[in-house]
Amino acid sequence: MRIGSRTFVYEHPPRIAAHASIVGPKESKGPLAAYFDESSQDDLFGQKTWEMGESEMLRRCAARAMEMGGLAPEEAQALFCGDLNDQIIATGFAARALSVPLVGLYGACSTFVEGLVLAAALISGGQLQNALCAASSHFCTAERQFRFPLEMGTQRPPSAQWTATAAGCALLMAGDGTGLRVTAGTLGRIVDYKIKDANHMGAAMAPAVESTICAHLDDTGAAADDFDLIATGDLGWIGREILLQLFRERGRPLPPEKLVDCGASLFYQEQDTHAGGSGCGCVASVSCGWLMKRMERGELGKVLLVGSGAMLSPTSTMQSESIPGIAYAVRLEVK
Amino acid sequence: MSENKTPQEKHYARLVDELTPNSRHLRGCVRAFWVGGLICTIGQLLTMLAQTLELGELTAPMFTSCALIFLGTTLTGIGVYDRIGKYAGAGSVVPITGFANSVAAPAIEFRREGMVLGLGAKLFQIAGPVLTYGISASIIVGVLYWAAKEWLL
Repeated sequence: MRIGSRTFVYEHPPRIAAHASIVGPKESKGPLAAYFDESSQDDLFGQKTWEMGESEMLRRCAARAMEMGGLAPEEAQALFCGDLNDQIIATGFAARALSVPLVGLYGACSTFVEGLVLAAALISGGQLQNALCAASSHFCTAERQFRFPLEMGTQRPPSAQWTATAAGCALLMAGDGTGLRVTAGTLGRIVDYKIKDANHMGAAMAPAVESTICAHLDDTGAAADDFDLIATGDLGWIGREILLQLFRERGRPLPPEKLVDCGASLFYQEQDTHAGGSGCGCVASVSCGWLMKRMERGELGKVLLVGSGAMLSPTSTMQSESIPGIAYAVRLEVK
Repeated sequence: MSENKTPQEKHYARLVDELTPNSRHLRGCVRAFWVGGLICTIGQLLTMLAQTLELGELTAPMFTSCALIFLGTTLTGIGVYDRIGKYAGAGSVVPITGFANSVAAPAIEFRREGMVLGLGAKLFQIAGPVLTYGISASIIVGVLYWAAKEWLL
């Protein structure tokens, strides 16, 4: 059921039957390492190229989620998936190997949450009985596409974020029973405050995150205090501060202890990622690893997960265009 | 750039500036100075070596350039130059070893896309502008020098 300006409250909220996460070598040395299902020390994942490596990581992650949920690949009804590569090739090749019906998405780092909003709506409406939502990113594929070759001796500014080598996949299923559920979702609207610095994506995305959180709270008549946690991905340390300031200026401050950013949680500051992690795989792996596991353990009951994306390309950056930001939100509840 | 920003966007730009830590310029300068200086010192030692070998006025600088390019490329190949670059910034970008790095790095990166459209086309992805404007500038300066010598002296 659609309520307010852009929110769906699912009448038959799907259950998150299983969730899997895979991370690369650097991420496996971060503070959340213990929560991930697989930590690969080989960032090629046994493949010949970075792109195929990312695709293999994504395929493995989706296969693992199906296995954990007891779903045979031929029973899977849809895969909602995306990544950062041009023409989302990691997704295309992973879906080729899985041969699951594919909905290819691009929402930059918000892709995973975008997929959750859509899949939950289709399951709630009875069009699907189950769906996989996944996303991946890889430091080496993103670096060569968006920035410089890996061996180039360059410096990154303090506001730059580090694309995580990671993938996450959640298996959504229709049906009753207790467990973790996706109960509401809010679509994103592009917000662009004319930030042009591609090395400061936290600043480009923070206003979109603010807009979506406000829309979700207003549409559902909820307050920030109703949630145990608001998890954003991936604003980084600096973007998180900017977001808190935006809310303060709006006169509805967010309690800082309730706001967690996936990008700011994936790495230690000492790991020299500058402003924190980013990439589709960052929010996907942190929510499928850390967040959902904590909810299942009963440590968190109600969470607002907000995925944010910077919808830029190397071409738009070279043409001096500003960065359109977007954010999608889903409400996760243990019921 | 004087684009039409709304007051809200201007306010936001100020807020972002306030909350974003600056690069540490002084530390960066010190690091760039000593690493850049070290590379130049190595170059000077190589030139002196060439002179003791009596390679001649013209050959000695060429020997130095070749040796430094070899050094820069090798360090790129074994994955060390990017770490030096991260530490030293412009200190390791500006000397000729940085130029070698900017050619060798795409060569390694794009080898997987094939020898022609991968390596061949992307080899000068970063060094290309340096060549374009470097060669153009040297031609212009050369013509001016020739004209000045011809008519003024």
